[in-house]
Amino acid sequence: MQFDSLQDFLAMGGYALYVWLSFGVSLLALLWVVVDSASTHKKLLRNAREEQARQARIAAARKAQALQSESQQTGS
Amino acid sequence: MNTLINGIFKRDMALAFRQRSELAQPLMFLLMVITLFPLGIGPGPVTLQKIGPGVIWIAAILSSLLAMERLFRDDFWDGSLEQYMLSGQSVAAIAAVKVLVHWLVSFLPLALFSPLLALFLNLTVDMYIALMLTLVLGTPLLSLVGAIAVGLTVGLQRGGVLLALLLIPVFIPLLIFATSAVDSAALQLPYRAQLAIIGAMLMLAMASAPFAIAYALKVSQN
Amino acid sequence: MWKWLHPYAKPERAYQLCVTLQPYFLWPGILCLIAGSIWGLAFAPQDYQQGDSFRIIYIHVPSAILSMSTYVAMAVAALVGIVWQWRTAFMAMIAMAPVGAVVTFIALFTGAAWGKPMWGTWWVWDARLTSELILLFLYLGVIALYGAFEDKQQAGKAAGVMALVGVVNVPIIHYSVEWWNTLHQGATISKFDKPSIAPEMLWPLLIALLGLALFIAAVTVMRMKNEIIRREYHRPWVKDLAARALGDDHAV
Repeated sequence: MQFDSLQDFLAMGGYALYVWLSFGVSLLALLWVVVDSASTHKKLLRNAREEQARQARIAAARKAQALQSESQQTGS
Repeated sequence: MNTLINGIFKRDMALAFRQRSELAQPLMFLLMVITLFPLGIGPGPVTLQKIGPGVIWIAAILSSLLAMERLFRDDFWDGSLEQYMLSGQSVAAIAAVKVLVHWLVSFLPLALFSPLLALFLNLTVDMYIALMLTLVLGTPLLSLVGAIAVGLTVGLQRGGVLLALLLIPVFIPLLIFATSAVDSAALQLPYRAQLAIIGAMLMLAMASAPFAIAYALKVSQN
Repeated sequence: MWKWLHPYAKPERAYQLCVTLQPYFLWPGILCLIAGSIWGLAFAPQDYQQGDSFRIIYIHVPSAILSMSTYVAMAVAALVGIVWQWRTAFMAMIAMAPVGAVVTFIALFTGAAWGKPMWGTWWVWDARLTSELILLFLYLGVIALYGAFEDKQQAGKAAGVMALVGVVNVPIIHYSVEWWNTLHQGATISKFDKPSIAPEMLWPLLIALLGLALFIAAVTVMRMKNEIIRREYHRPWVKDLAARALGDDHAV
């Protein structure tokens, strides 16, 4: 351990602002890029599911409509 | 092959001179931008001489970005570009001759006006000579490499600023070497090295850009 | 020789490969980054000239090196896409672009934060810093051009051409320190010479470098998965994937 105490570690020999600013901003940037990628992934899959569900609903509605018009035709 | 190349050369030259206003505008832009610098920074001759080479080169790059858009635009939208590409002739050669016409039409007026620009910015004779040499070697590079990006963006509706954003980073090394050459001339130092590097970049562009432009046009035609 | 790569021209196979590789890149990468940072911050010795401010080297140098290698990797992907017409190559290219841009930003920012105590100024227009800034612009240009096209296959080819044009800039950055006499110090690590840095300082640097490289690979793989899903939205395998992920927090 190069530093005598936690205070010394945080002070970084007087360069605290520059060292912690650098590490801090870099950490934030890397975090942001990985979180963005993961959340986009979830969003894309959710959109795909919703789209699928929507298509299924449309298909079911069409089918129901087709059956209905069929029964109307045979009925009358 | 030669008939087509000659034909395109004559056609483009004729079209360029027919639309004289479209030719004159980038030149006027160049002159006006250069005029802005003494007005904005102050007319002190020493300062002007220091920033002169950079100002002229930056103005040249910006005005060539404006002028470049017309390189393929009209031919793309009226379908003649598609005809060239379907003709079975080498698209790279066609691209090369169009770039040549574009360069002649934009560089020669610049060369004609350069003594005036040198006067405005208080350049010495040595600096002027170095400037002309960098312009002769560097402006074809601008046209060749610029044409690649123009080819890629010709089909886009909102081309405009995107073209500049793509090309300015690529032109920065040229700008650095060209202004370094003129600055060295100002100090009576040799500048053969800078010219050699610009020349090397030009050689590379002459060898590869026509094929890249041809590919870019193919991508745009889809 | 490259036959083993051929299956990955298909987006579905490429997606499976990304899924397999992701944990092997992400967790060792994060581990190495943390280990390298802690070692560099707390255990490596001070520099006799710069004191503790030199510890910024443990993020600045890895990010500067990797910003350039990511661009080269992006250009290689572009070349593969253009020459062999692989869609997955263009997807890899556009996956790498934002990550590379962020790493370039980190290199610039940490360089500026290091420059202030070292040279007394936040920014100076020397060759190395300037070229890194240009590299950032090149990344942003590739991203912007890709976004300007509706047809993403066309977009990939166009952005690929610009990536290749820009890759000529990368050697200029690398050799600029030799060509111009500038403020920025010479290369710390070189293939041929002994590194001009003490071993106790070198090891955390190499670990941080490895960690960041793995991290970049992990995020690239994640973003490539996203791009594949976007482009292959209507395929049955994507539909199955989405259905399987229902209610699952750790969506694959």
